[in-house]
Amino acid sequence: MTSVTGLLDLRRTVPQKYIPVMVTAGLFVAMFVAGGIRYRGFATGQIVLNVFIDNAFLLVVAVGMTFVILTGGIDLSVGSVVGLSTMVSASLLKDGWPAFGVMALVLVIGALLGLGMGAIIHYFEIQPFIVTLAGMFLARGLCYTISTDSIPIENSAFTAIAQTRIDLGGDMWVSPSVLIALVVVLGAAYVLHYTRLGRNVYATGGSEQSALLMGLPVARTKIAVYTVSGFCSALGGLLFAFYSLSGYGLSAVGMELDAIAAVVIGGTLLTGGSGYLLGTVLGVLVLGLIQTIISFEGTLSSWWTKIFIGLLLFAFILLQRVITARRR
Amino acid sequence: MTRFLRHRLFWPVVILVALLALNLVFTDNFFRVQMKDGHLYGSLIDIVRFGAPLILVSIGMTLVIATSGIDLSVGSVVAIAGALACLRISDLGDQNSIGGVLGAVGIALALSAVLGVWNGLLVAGIGIQPIIATLILMVAGRGLAQLITDGQITTVNSSPYKLIGGGYWLTLPFSIIIVAVVLALTAFLTRRLALGLLIESVGGNAEASRLSGISARGVLITVYAFCGLCAGIAGLMISSNVSSADGNNAGLWIELDAILAVVIGGTSLAGGRFSLGGTVLGALIIQTLTTTIYSIGVPPETTLLFKALVVTIVCLLQSPAFREKVFHRRRRPQAPSPVPEEKVRVSA
Repeated sequence: MTSVTGLLDLRRTVPQKYIPVMVTAGLFVAMFVAGGIRYRGFATGQIVLNVFIDNAFLLVVAVGMTFVILTGGIDLSVGSVVGLSTMVSASLLKDGWPAFGVMALVLVIGALLGLGMGAIIHYFEIQPFIVTLAGMFLARGLCYTISTDSIPIENSAFTAIAQTRIDLGGDMWVSPSVLIALVVVLGAAYVLHYTRLGRNVYATGGSEQSALLMGLPVARTKIAVYTVSGFCSALGGLLFAFYSLSGYGLSAVGMELDAIAAVVIGGTLLTGGSGYLLGTVLGVLVLGLIQTIISFEGTLSSWWTKIFIGLLLFAFILLQRVITARRR
Repeated sequence: MTRFLRHRLFWPVVILVALLALNLVFTDNFFRVQMKDGHLYGSLIDIVRFGAPLILVSIGMTLVIATSGIDLSVGSVVAIAGALACLRISDLGDQNSIGGVLGAVGIALALSAVLGVWNGLLVAGIGIQPIIATLILMVAGRGLAQLITDGQITTVNSSPYKLIGGGYWLTLPFSIIIVAVVLALTAFLTRRLALGLLIESVGGNAEASRLSGISARGVLITVYAFCGLCAGIAGLMISSNVSSADGNNAGLWIELDAILAVVIGGTSLAGGRFSLGGTVLGALIIQTLTTTIYSIGVPPETTLLFKALVVTIVCLLQSPAFREKVFHRRRRPQAPSPVPEEKVRVSA
């Protein structure tokens, strides 16, 4: 962690609002350098690309979660929607549906689920926590209703996407999923920072009542963010299906927590109204790099991942508190 | 009649009665309680017995939610308490020694309370949003539980420990007696002493209660410690029932069920008031629903679907906005803006 004096120096040279994102970026670089010193063959570009390849689905899901959290809400259903998407794709493909029809249908299902939850949250004034919890049960229940077994995906379009390597030169490559995830990130960054919807999202999260008094369409914004989140979860589910080439009802259990953790580590405030998409991307990368380091360490057991993520969360939240306390 | 209809426990009771009635139709001998070998047996007893850990966790959660907080870490605390107790017992020379088991139970419960205090310090001391403060322990806690048991499922063979979750005492399952004692104690502390009022005033407006001389910080830490302790007891119950500790799966998602039980029971997540009776009712609804699904013969995979359905129905019925929009019944003139319900309203 940055020492307190270092933090104060930083405060003078860069705007305060960028500090959490910069600290996350600094942490990522520090972890990468430390890993490079400690392990042979760690400090290569492909390691970073592998983090992207292994976490493309989480990245897409976390982008959707960022929208929701920026309005001060929360979406607990994302992991289940990812699972449901893999299940729906696998079972429909097994029945001989065309690949692109399945993809479109999955995305529509995800967006509709999000739309429904957003509408209930807004119009019936029930807490997002409870509504999306019910959504989580619903989606997971649908998974198990489709099948309790794992269904392999043998469709040629899906396997082709899964096996394609996009060469970047110098023995480095990425999967098509990474490109899709990057397109989603860029699109979302454009929407959040350069469009009216983005401004409404920040305004609603900053103060819902002020946004309402200013005449902003709060209802539309709130419903839109849950729709975006549902869509992103469904897309994340498709990427997960490319990654694992199977549909399984238990896949992505607990991913909602990873997504929330990534958003928080990225410096977005859970009370809403403040944060950047770049932070979320860095948050996902930090989580992915922890896993890479633990796999390089070999002897370190997997439960250390959870403990490290917990400690990281603690450190970042503490940092957020220090910064927001100073601002007031 | 209308007063009766508007009672906040009306809809939960209706749902519970409906679920039980469904069993009356579809399941033979559902309501028969038998005496076998001096123990009471029957579906109704089973519902309370298997629901005991959930009721315990929900009681702790109710008080946390009454302070307008939330505790996501209870599932991890359940796993940690079970893991620690089983580890201590498996290290004993004689696993049946009562002193040794009591020591293990005591250490596990003490650690649970300490973990609760940690949550409380994050919330009250540093001022972190409760959902995030407890998310830390939720994520790290499962890792800790696995660290304690070294990633294995630790099994024990101890009859005194078995009593907590699977034994009988005075013809009743011991777990039901534990729940009854904890419930009675909590009800006494919060409804006969001033503690309940303090909790509700902190939940209504922490700053105002601090200014009026209440130690908001102390109340918050106490409440989180109590919630941790309840989760610890539930963890002992779960691991004792199966005579093993599984750091990965023990108490998985129990925090969500507990929050649901509290919300179904009519306690608002906004804090400021709470209903212990409602919470117990909510936990019983969830457990009855699970039992009903199994006994009716619906494939168990669909349990979650029914859960989602019931949760949505109960929450919608309890939402003033829903009733107003669907039944066109305005309960009281409302401000045109979505100001969250006045939180200062404190009912004893």
